[in-house]
Amino acid sequence: MGTNATTQSANAHLTAPTRLTGAEILWATLVGEGVTQVFGYPGGAILPVYDALRKFPIHHTLVRHEQGAAHMADGYARASGKVGVAIATSGPGATNLVTGIATAMLDSIPIVCITGNVSSKILGTDAFQEVDITGITLPVTKHNFLVNRAEDIAPAVRLAFQIAKSARPGPVLVDITKDAQQATALFDFEAAKPHPVRIHPMRKIEDSGLAQAAELIRNAKRPVILAGHGIIESGAMEQVRTLAERTQIPVALTLLGLGAFPASHPLNLGMMGMHGEAWVNHAIQEADLLIACGMRFDDRVTGTTATYATKAKKIHIEVDPSEINKNIKVDVPLLGDLSEVLEQLLPRIGGRDGSAWLKTIDSIKGDAAVRDIKNLPDLGHLYAAHVIHDIWRITNGNAIVVTDVGQHQMWEAQYYHHELPRMLITSGGLGTMGFALPAAIGAKFACPEKEVWVVAGDGGFQMTAAELSTIAQEKIKINIAIINNGYLGMVRQWQEFFYERNYESTPLISPDFVKLADAHGIQGLTVHTRAEVADAVNAARSAPGTFLLNFKVEKEESVYPMIPVGAALHEMIRRPGSDPLLESPDDK
Amino acid sequence: MGEEAGKLSAFHFFTLSLGHLERIIMLHTFVAYVEDLPGVLTRVASLFRRLNININSLTVGRSERAGLSRLTLVCEASAEAGHRVRASLFKLENVVDVDDIAQAPSVTRELALIKVAATPQSRSQVFELVEVFRARIVDLAPESLTIEMTGVESKIEGLIQVLNEGEDRVLEICRSGKLTMRRGHHTSRVLKAMGAGPGESAEADEQTVEDSAALLPE
Repeated sequence: MGTNATTQSANAHLTAPTRLTGAEILWATLVGEGVTQVFGYPGGAILPVYDALRKFPIHHTLVRHEQGAAHMADGYARASGKVGVAIATSGPGATNLVTGIATAMLDSIPIVCITGNVSSKILGTDAFQEVDITGITLPVTKHNFLVNRAEDIAPAVRLAFQIAKSARPGPVLVDITKDAQQATALFDFEAAKPHPVRIHPMRKIEDSGLAQAAELIRNAKRPVILAGHGIIESGAMEQVRTLAERTQIPVALTLLGLGAFPASHPLNLGMMGMHGEAWVNHAIQEADLLIACGMRFDDRVTGTTATYATKAKKIHIEVDPSEINKNIKVDVPLLGDLSEVLEQLLPRIGGRDGSAWLKTIDSIKGDAAVRDIKNLPDLGHLYAAHVIHDIWRITNGNAIVVTDVGQHQMWEAQYYHHELPRMLITSGGLGTMGFALPAAIGAKFACPEKEVWVVAGDGGFQMTAAELSTIAQEKIKINIAIINNGYLGMVRQWQEFFYERNYESTPLISPDFVKLADAHGIQGLTVHTRAEVADAVNAARSAPGTFLLNFKVEKEESVYPMIPVGAALHEMIRRPGSDPLLESPDDK
Repeated sequence: MGEEAGKLSAFHFFTLSLGHLERIIMLHTFVAYVEDLPGVLTRVASLFRRLNININSLTVGRSERAGLSRLTLVCEASAEAGHRVRASLFKLENVVDVDDIAQAPSVTRELALIKVAATPQSRSQVFELVEVFRARIVDLAPESLTIEMTGVESKIEGLIQVLNEGEDRVLEICRSGKLTMRRGHHTSRVLKAMGAGPGESAEADEQTVEDSAALLPE
């Protein structure tokens, strides 16, 4: 972290053109873009950049693996809405970023990755730690740059930021050769400003489309709003809420959309798709109108497309024209920024009576409640659903929860109810195991005042567990809940349902996670019974530093309902045996 | 001779309107203006690779606009994939304009160089064919000659076929791939609104057909 004196000089670069090295230009440009926090790992080809860091008011977090740096930048971006920045050296440093970049790409997260590369004179000679990272990341970035002149750094980095956050956000990589970092050039922040964002020419909100959409909404008997991640990226929470409330249309959410519409709202149906509640998917299948807002009809949401919501007309409000008719053919595409489209659509829409349809959906719900695992009596088993539900209750739903990928992720989506956006951080599109711990570190740096929880499985946690060291070094406070069932649980569940319980390579031995935490100077506790859960969660919350909870949960529990791959959305596997002795829901 | 290609795509368009949208594989001709920078062609090609669409032909060269190359890319894909390609092409940072002119009236040409093993004794037969096809001889050697031929794809295929049927062996064929330009005053500089689908609105089509009727060459 720079001192005040150097801070002033760094900012002075932004107003008057100054001669700087390429490395200094990089930092000065980042400062100009409002960056105060980066995540990275040094190495030979990026050393000039690290050498210049001390002159600039930017905090650098040293990660333990570059994948962690990309996930931290990603978590930072998801929690804050700002662009996250990751830095790595050439060769293996750069390739280690790739999983994190692809994760951000699939979930449309704005991050900028800076990599060093060998000097331009030896580019293409298979020099030590040389790799064609712009070639490798071409399909998993929104755009990337190879910069080999100091004077090109500022324009490239500024354009990278613009691309990362404009329209449909995504990751951008800037690869800078070592000689470009070392050479000097005149730095002129203002002159490096990119041209205004090009609007995709297919992005047009047409009057006829708005009129058609309004007409469909007016005449619909069984409409459902499909709420996706685009609502959060566009900041259209208010408009979606107005639309739903005015028209009394229920709202189903995608995994990444959770939080875009308050969970406690009477019109909130919950999560749709493969592990969505039965009534949500039944409502979609029975609907005569779907209003898709910032979602992309992912296969985990539609089931087999041939049988998806066949009775429904579809309105698709989307910022990316290449998503229209990609998976599901729609009747009215409205292409534009979601909040802009809704601002134009709402004046055309009046109130309507939706009570009959809402009543129908309510009647389907009854059956689901008795199958709810949360209502199972305490027979000494510890279920993940209970753990997550208790964390939700104790944190009043106010924590940022960062999940890994697998069963616990789906239980989080089902049993932690999110009222606000940017409070659930999870890898949806790519489904990247190992995401949770580093992404949570990023989220904590973005929102230091907020309570951050990691919910991870025993498998995924081990993929990036080395970042515990980063936590120790940075002295940050997060709470970690490991849902430990001794299996790669979601894969085991598939083996149970579709591979005749052939549990090949899914049972796994883990280290004693509490001892592992202890080795990092982090406190921890193992929990075996439901009775201990609340005390353990409270102990973690009140501890001054990071606290790890190792929940030894039921080993062979599955996530219900489940729509098998290739089945229709309404053909779900339900929890076996709807036992009538179950209690009624006590909360929500 | 561009009308042959025009007829072909008009036929495709007809079957499309019968409502088998997803299943019909059609010929798409994309024209794009791209920045003349290293790696831009990879980005374009990578998009087609990612969508598992085979590129039938691809030609790139300088355009009337400084710093921009114009490319003509021909591929077979469903109408919907075509839409997605068009939308996705424009998302590439280095792509400035995109046009899919498969259905629109257009002039399409391809250049071929064909080397034939012909001795002074057997040349005259080749000369006759070259005359009939309005091609030209651009290189003449004791054991071989090279033909330059410009025209629509079918005409080039025709010449190659008759050459293969003749006594002299075809040694080498080099083809440029298609070059395409809209007929009439329309240019490929502005992507059409998506509502009209590949090509453009019906009125615009009629307009250009009339324009081009007066301009038909040959």
